[in-house]
Amino acid sequence: MELLWILIKILIVFAVVMLHVMYATYFERKVIGHMQVRMGPMRVGPHGILQPIADGLKLFLKEDIMPTVADKKVFYAAPLICLISALSAVAVIPFFEGFAIANINIGLLYIFAMSSLASYGVVLAGWSSNSKYSFLGGLRSSAQVISYEIAMGLSLVGVMMLAGSLNLTDIVHAQMKSPFKIYLIPQIIGFFVFVVAMFAETNRTPFDLPEAESELVAGYCTEYSGMRFALFFMAEYIGMIIMSCLAVVCFLGGWSGPFDVPGIPFFWFILKVYLFIFLYYWVRATLPRYRYDQLMALGWKVLIPLALFNIVLTGTIKSIFG
Amino acid sequence: MVQLLFFYFALVVIGLGLRIVTAKNPVHSVLLMLVLFFHMAGLYLLLNAEFLAAVQVIVYAGAILVLYLFVLFLVNLREEVKVSPFIQKGRWLGIAGAVALFITFLRGVFSFSLGPHGQYTIEKIQQMTHTKAMGEAVYTTYILPFEIAGIILLVAVIGGLAMAKREK
Repeated sequence: MELLWILIKILIVFAVVMLHVMYATYFERKVIGHMQVRMGPMRVGPHGILQPIADGLKLFLKEDIMPTVADKKVFYAAPLICLISALSAVAVIPFFEGFAIANINIGLLYIFAMSSLASYGVVLAGWSSNSKYSFLGGLRSSAQVISYEIAMGLSLVGVMMLAGSLNLTDIVHAQMKSPFKIYLIPQIIGFFVFVVAMFAETNRTPFDLPEAESELVAGYCTEYSGMRFALFFMAEYIGMIIMSCLAVVCFLGGWSGPFDVPGIPFFWFILKVYLFIFLYYWVRATLPRYRYDQLMALGWKVLIPLALFNIVLTGTIKSIFG
Repeated sequence: MVQLLFFYFALVVIGLGLRIVTAKNPVHSVLLMLVLFFHMAGLYLLLNAEFLAAVQVIVYAGAILVLYLFVLFLVNLREEVKVSPFIQKGRWLGIAGAVALFITFLRGVFSFSLGPHGQYTIEKIQQMTHTKAMGEAVYTTYILPFEIAGIILLVAVIGGLAMAKREK
C-alpha cells in the first residue's frame, strides 16, 4: 500500500515536472520575445500556446544521427546520465507540508551528489562525439561545474548551520520558527553566492560557455540530434527547476507564505519557483556572456572566499546568540 | 531483503572491479568506476551510514573521478592501451605474489572476530541521524586523527601550489 502511494507520488511529480519543462521553454521564448519587443511564438494555437507540443513532436520524429567515429555506448549513455541525474534530484524536494517522494535525512547532500553527476553526462557527450567543438564544450562544462559546485556547497553550509539539519523538510520547518521566517535575511551573503553559482551550475547565461553558439557551435550537444538532443534540453530545464526549488526551500521558506491559501498547499512554493525561473530568463535577456578566465576568477576568487566568510560569520553569530 | 541487497551490491562491486582493470578503453573504465562508486554507496546505506554514502558519491564520483577523466583527456588515450610488462619473464613471480597475498587475505578473513560493541547502536544512530553521530565522533573522540589528516591534506595542497608556481 505504501509502495503504491510512493509510485503514485512519483507519477504525479514526474508528470508535473515534465509539463513544467515543456512550458518553461514556451515561457522562455515568450518572456525573451517581449523583453526584446517581439511577440515570441504566435502561430501554433492561440498566442502559440501549443508551440511546445509541436516542438516535442518535431524532435521526436527527427532522424537520430550518430557520428561514424563516435564511441557508440558512451554516446548513447551520456544524455541518459544527464536526464536521470536531473530527474532523481526531484525526489527529495518537499513541495508542501508532508509531500516529498523521499523525505530523507541527507536531502541536501543528495541533491549535490545528483548535480555533480550531471557533469558526467556533459563531459562524456563531449568526448564520445569525437568532435572538437563538443570536446571543448564538455571540458569547459566540467571545469565550470566542479568549480561552482564548491561555491554552491559552501553557500548552503550557513543554512545547514542555522537549521541544524540536512533534511529539506526540517530546513523549511526551522525557517518557519526562525525570527525572520526566511533565511534570506540572515543568509543574504550565502543567498547571493548561491544564486550566482546556480546560474553556473545549470550552464545558463551569463555562464553558458559550454554551449556558446558564437564560438563552439552548440558545445557538447553539437553532434546530437532528434530525441537525444531533446534529452539534454530537458535535463537542462529540469536542472533549472531543481535549483530554483532548492533556493526556495533553503532561503525563501519553502511552502510557507504570508497567509495560507485554502485548497492549494503548494501555492507559495510554486509562486516562488516561478519567480526564480523568471529570473533565469530575465538574466538571459539582459547580461552578456562571461569570458572563460573571468568565469573562473569569479568562482574561485570571489564566490568561494565570500561563502567561507559567510560560514565564519554565521558560526560567530550563532555561537554568541546561540 | 537486506541480505539479498548486500549480495547484489557486493557481487556487482567485485564484477565491476574486474571489468575496470580489464577494460581496454580507459574512459570506459572510468564510467564503470562511476557505477562501482554508486554500488559502494549502496553498501554504506545498508549499514545505515547515509552521510558516508552521500559523501562517497559527492567526493569520489563527483570530484575525484572527474579529475581522472580530465587527466585521461589531457594525455589523450583514445586508442587501446598496449603495455609491455616492465619486468621481463616476471609472470610467474607475479602469480606467486598474487597467490601468497590471496592466502594471507583468506587467513585474515577466517580469523576475523567481532570487537566489543561501541556506544553507537543502530537505534541511537537512527534517532540522532548519522550525520550528527558522525560529526560528534569525529570532533570529540577522534579529533586528533582528524586534525592530523587535515594537516596532511594541507601539506598536499601547498605542495601542489608550489609545483604549479615553479616557473616563476
